Formats: sequence, structure tokens, C-alpha cells
Amino acid sequence: MEEYALIMRHEDGTKIASPEQMQIWMKQTMDWIGGIAAQNKFVSGTGLLFDDARVVKANKVVTNGPFGDIKETIGGLIIVKADSVDEAVEFAKGCPVLQGEGNTMEVRKIAKRDGVH
Amino acid sequence: MQETELIPHLFRTEFRKITAVLCKLFGIENVNIAEDIASETFLSALEIWPYKGIPENPAAWLYAVAKNKAKNLITRDQVFHNKIAPLIISSLPAGQEMEIDLSAKNIADSQLQMLFAVCHPSIPAEAQIGMALRILCGFGIDEIANAFLTNKETINKRLFRAKEKLRSGMVAIEFPPEHEINNRLQSVLTTLYLLFNEGYYSESQDTVLRNDLCLEAMRLTYMLVDNAQTNQPDVNALLALMCFQSSRFEARKDENGEMVLYQDQDESLWNQELITKGAYYLHKASHGNSLSKYHIEASIAYWYTIKKDTHEKWENILHLFNQLLAIEYSPIAALNRTYALSKARGNEVAIEAAEKLNLTTNHFYFTLLGELYKDIDKEKAKENLLKALDISKTQADKHTIQNKLDQL
Repeated sequence: MEEYALIMRHEDGTKIASPEQMQIWMKQTMDWIGGIAAQNKFVSGTGLLFDDARVVKANKVVTNGPFGDIKETIGGLIIVKADSVDEAVEFAKGCPVLQGEGNTMEVRKIAKRDGVH
Repeated sequence: MQETELIPHLFRTEFRKITAVLCKLFGIENVNIAEDIASETFLSALEIWPYKGIPENPAAWLYAVAKNKAKNLITRDQVFHNKIAPLIISSLPAGQEMEIDLSAKNIADSQLQMLFAVCHPSIPAEAQIGMALRILCGFGIDEIANAFLTNKETINKRLFRAKEKLRSGMVAIEFPPEHEINNRLQSVLTTLYLLFNEGYYSESQDTVLRNDLCLEAMRLTYMLVDNAQTNQPDVNALLALMCFQSSRFEARKDENGEMVLYQDQDESLWNQELITKGAYYLHKASHGNSLSKYHIEASIAYWYTIKKDTHEKWENILHLFNQLLAIEYSPIAALNRTYALSKARGNEVAIEAAEKLNLTTNHFYFTLLGELYKDIDKEKAKENLLKALDISKTQADKHTIQNKLDQL
């Protein structure tokens, strides 16, 4: 069993959702996580807030939020257990983020810190 | 005869008090001596009361006899006289005679400290529960064996090993230091939670005994709530959970002792007083910023105390199971979440989720699938219920499943 990070990528971080919309997404996300956890495959999850977001650039210039020149942004990630990348991809397909046009899910295997990976 | 009922009752309530106080005085390594004195005290009662009549204050009589037996032992028993007594005596202020303090306060303190000692992380969970039942709840070995559906020898061995551990680890009967309380409290809560569940879900046929297990778990949890240092949000949440669950005691069994499923229960038998108490402790639990699994389970149990099926109820239960599973997986929570999903989003959605659960050795899994298919595909419903019947073990479970098959 390997661990995979399922990373939620929003195409446009400048769009601001209404509180009602946020509430619906939250619920859908919890249902999605609950479904994975019910299979004993959920490890952990981290939501990322847009409030107080900053971007630090190579020249140490700090800008507000992941807005402006880079549009694409990360909304959050969860870590799951899966027998194969295909299984992890099946989990990712259920994420409500994919309802948004242009949004994507990135599936990445977690390095094991065993000196090999 | 009155004393045939009085003595077992007193045994339950007083044995543990005497044991806890003596054990605190003699040290955990002498827990057997403390138990022996408590047992001998009751033996004396059984010998004397039938002839001389029951004393006016039976508990005080027992305390007086126990004190005398303890003092006799301290002066007469060689080992005790040479090894243990000097330690006790040296801890006393000069010139003061040893006092065995059976005051209400010392009893409560000793029991709480014993609870922490018994639930020491070095002792396996099963043995912790057995020790708690024996020393803190005054259960007989037979009763413990019955509750665990095993025999006396197994329980005796388990208790023996646990006592060895306590002795070798030199676990002190004391309140853990402040910075350790929260950590140690967690293993106490786990034991009380398991103790309650043992009574609530046990397959033992003895209903009275099972209710007693639950009541004892509640009594010990209440002791924690009653003490300022251990009156923490998660302790209140656990007590709330126990109140909500036990409010259905009367409704869970019919007159033949058969299990009555939740949806078939007569809600007029639900104990409203316990439901109100549960709400009170759940409210007290909602301080601070920690959300334990007891908070979530108590909230789920709260929603179950409302019989009426509403969309709001099942949406909330589903949401809580999602949170619970994200904190800690258990097959029963996974199955309950799937049931809530069917209530909130329909059977098709739930069947799809159920098929991913991978719980094919669990008869509840097939019972649930049978239930979900009932109105969609009768053949599939039957197929699943037959599988459930095949792998279920107890008569009670087989009976419930057979009933469902007959109703198809």
C-alpha cells in the first residue's frame, strides 16, 4: 500500500465564491473524504485558505495571494492510501473540485523517506 | 429473606470502596490483600447477619469490620508487620496512630486514583477492563467471565497478569501530575468507552449484567466529571454519549429478551431523563477547541434520540460520520455512514459506496446490502441476506436476519 497526495488545483484563484457556494462545496468535500475514509484509505487532509495568502518571489518580493500573474492555484490536498496509482486516480475523480471548469486534480506518490525513494 | 438481595447490592457498592481505600493505603503491589480483606468482610456479614439480624447501618458495619481486619493483619501478619506496616507507619506524622480513612471524600479520591492506576498505559486494554470491573466495580470473576463470554480461568489469568504488571511497573496509586493528566486521561476514557460498549453491544444473554456494565462505566465517568481536574470537555462528551445510548435500554429488548432494532423501537420507552442529561453534558463538552471522537459520537447519538426521519437529521448524521471516519476508521462507523448515506442521498448512491467497503467477512455488511436492495432488487436483497445468515454467529443475529428474509 502506497500513500498518494491528491492535490486540488483551481484554474482561477481570483474567482470568489459566495458563502452559500462555499458551504455546498465544503459538504461535498466532506462526503468525498467520508467515502474514502469509510474504505479505511484516508490518511489526512489539509485545506488551504485564501485569506492572508502571500506569494514570495525569487527576489524576495512579497505579493498578496496567488492572484495576478499566476492564475492557477492550489485549493488543498488530501493524502490517501492506495494499492496503485489507478486506485488513487479513482479517488481523485470523485473530488468536487472537478465540477469547476478548468480545475484539475494532481495525483502524486508520497516519497517514503526510505533512502530509495 | 431480605439479606439475599441486600448483600449482593452492598457487595457491588461497598466492596470497591473498601478495596480502593485499602489498596491506596497498602500500595498497588498488595492489591490481593486489599481484595482479601474486603472479601472476608463480606463473609463475616454472611455469617453473622442471618443470626443477629441486619445492622441498622450495614455500610458502617462493613467499614468497622474491614478496619479491624486490616489492623489485625498489620499487627499479626509477619510479612506485613515487617515489610509493609513500617512503610505505612513511617509516612505518618510522629505519634499519630494509623487511621484507615473510610470517609466519603477519601473513598472518592482513592477510587479515582485507582482508576488512573488500573488504566495505566502499560496494561493491555482487555486486562484494564477486567481490573476495572473487579476492583472498581466489585464484579465477581463469574460475572466478568460471563460479560466477556469466556471462562473463569481466562479472566483469572488476565487479572493475574495485569496485577503483575502493576506490581513490576510499581504504578503508584495517585493522581497523575498535572502535565500528564490529559495524556493519562485518554487511556482512562478509552477503557471506560470500551467498558460501556462491552455492556451495550455484548452478546452475553444476561441483560441485567449488561445494563450493570453500562451503569458502572457511567458511574466511573461521572466521577471524572465530578472532579475539577478531570472535568474536561472530552470527558463530558463521553458521558453525554453514554446517557444518549443508555436512554434506549428499555426499548432495545422485547418481553422475550429479543433485540429490537432501532427503527422498530417503541420510543415512549426511551428514557427522557437520560436524554436531557445527555444534552446537558454535551453542552458542557462544547468548550475549548478540541473536537474528540467522543464529541462526534455523542452528537450522532443525539440525533438518534430524535425518532422522526427528516432530511436535516440524516444530513447531519452523515456529516458527523464523515468527520468521525476521518479521525478514526472502524468497520461499524463505515457501515453506519453508508446507512446514513442511503437515508440522505438514496439507496442507489449508498449501494455504490457500500460495494467499495471491502467488509465481506462482516455479516452486518451483507445485512445492510440486503436492506439497501430491498426495494430495488428483491433477488439481490435475498442473496445478500443469505450470505449474512451464513456468516453470522450468534442466535440473536441469525434470528434478526431470518426475520428480514421472511419479510422480503
